[in-house]
Amino acid sequence: MNEEIKVGGHISRQFDEELEEIRARVLKMGGLVEAQLDKTLHALREDSSEQIVDVEKLDRKVNKLEMLIDEECTQILAKRQPAAGDLRLIIATSKSVRDLERIGDEAERVATMVRHALDNDASNKSFKGLLSLGEHVKELLHATLNTYARMDSRSAVLNMRMDQHIDEEYSRVVVRLVNLMKKNSDNISDALDVMWAARSLERIGDHCINICENVIYLVEGEDVRHTALDRIKEKLG
Amino acid sequence: MNNAQISKAEIVSETYQTTGSPLMDDPKMRVRNVDVFYGEKQAIFDVNLDIGKNEVISMIGPSGCGKSTFLRCLNRMNDTIDICRVEGELLLESQNIYDKKIDVVELRARVGMVFQKPNPFPKSIYENVAYGARIHGLTDNKVELDELVEKSLIRCGLWKEVKDRLDEPATGLSGGQQQRLCIARAIAVNPEVILMDEPCSALDPIATATVEELIHELSENFTICIVTHSMQQAARVSQRTAYFHLGKLIEVNDTSTVFTNPEHKLTEEYITGRIG
Repeated sequence: MNEEIKVGGHISRQFDEELEEIRARVLKMGGLVEAQLDKTLHALREDSSEQIVDVEKLDRKVNKLEMLIDEECTQILAKRQPAAGDLRLIIATSKSVRDLERIGDEAERVATMVRHALDNDASNKSFKGLLSLGEHVKELLHATLNTYARMDSRSAVLNMRMDQHIDEEYSRVVVRLVNLMKKNSDNISDALDVMWAARSLERIGDHCINICENVIYLVEGEDVRHTALDRIKEKLG
Repeated sequence: MNNAQISKAEIVSETYQTTGSPLMDDPKMRVRNVDVFYGEKQAIFDVNLDIGKNEVISMIGPSGCGKSTFLRCLNRMNDTIDICRVEGELLLESQNIYDKKIDVVELRARVGMVFQKPNPFPKSIYENVAYGARIHGLTDNKVELDELVEKSLIRCGLWKEVKDRLDEPATGLSGGQQQRLCIARAIAVNPEVILMDEPCSALDPIATATVEELIHELSENFTICIVTHSMQQAARVSQRTAYFHLGKLIEVNDTSTVFTNPEHKLTEEYITGRIG
């Protein structure tokens, strides 16, 4: 049964409200995580650590929402014994919330490294090289949140393609940093920081893809984890 | 046309095909093109279903969807209703159970039934179990009967609770014990299939869990068809689940599929509580 996923329409309107509330909270959490990444990239772009403190504050809110949504999912499992699409919604949501929280953590990690770099001109220059990767990851995160909001398995597949480009870009960044380290061993410490930050951005992309896989499971009932993109496309027709 | 796209109106008015896997090789019972009428009113429409050997299959659906009517076709319990007419083919192994030559009493020993409300005979616990074996001529020998009663009660997990009061009236047992006694009575005549019509709806959760555990154990030796209003019970006890809607068999699938990713929109709507 995969034509469309309906959240509402239950005989129990209270159940509709509970599910709708969870969905709204996930989107709110997504918005906060997006703001974390946005503020981090802003700091990098504008050479200003002003908004980095907000990234940390937002992370606390994100963590609280993660726990709240998890609790609500647990309550629904205990009280409603959801089945079919409702069950998949709760499972997909519970997993996606974990990924969102980790995206927040990665954004915070990058923000901390950016702040450190802002105190050090030399490494700050190297960090600038991450802006393009960061912007692409931000686009992917935005698209992923839209995919979840619309419960759209087709856009989930498109996002997977975007992540492949991000992986390629990350590889190019790594090659560039390795060459930099090879050229001059004085660069190693700064380059490693940048490499860790690049790694965090790449991980954000991976978490986005986990969320997309959850949406595909929710909408299509297909578990596409550990499946090549071509095979996923085949499966979804 | 994709079955998932059939609207409710079309389900009522048009010929249709059951979604999922209603048929199988070498089934215990084979149901083909079965229609059931109460007078002029048609209650079951063209049902095709195979019931596997030693499987537990659940029939679910809203009230009035025909699941109990269908269940009662499987051992001709509908014969007791004057205005009820059954058309189509129902085979037990390869034998047509609606053949005129069929002895209905013998059929009901082969296809036993457990009802919603426990209905022990107003006799002793012992007699409730021994009675069927006696009237079906399985044995009249006291020692053999004792053995049969003990074995049946052990299989139903009731032996330890009643072994010291076998001569007491069965009506003195608790609801859950009475229902297990009725199951012991059904299996004492060594049936091939056991039909259960909402067997736990009059029981508390503990007694329900005991009966569900019993169903699981009995499935090693018997084919069990269970009608239930509790979807969680269907999910817990059965390997396959059949969803009925307005007299039609909409979907038959592995229970895990039905409860996580049903194929038909109506099944999805019912099990998620959108229609009732």
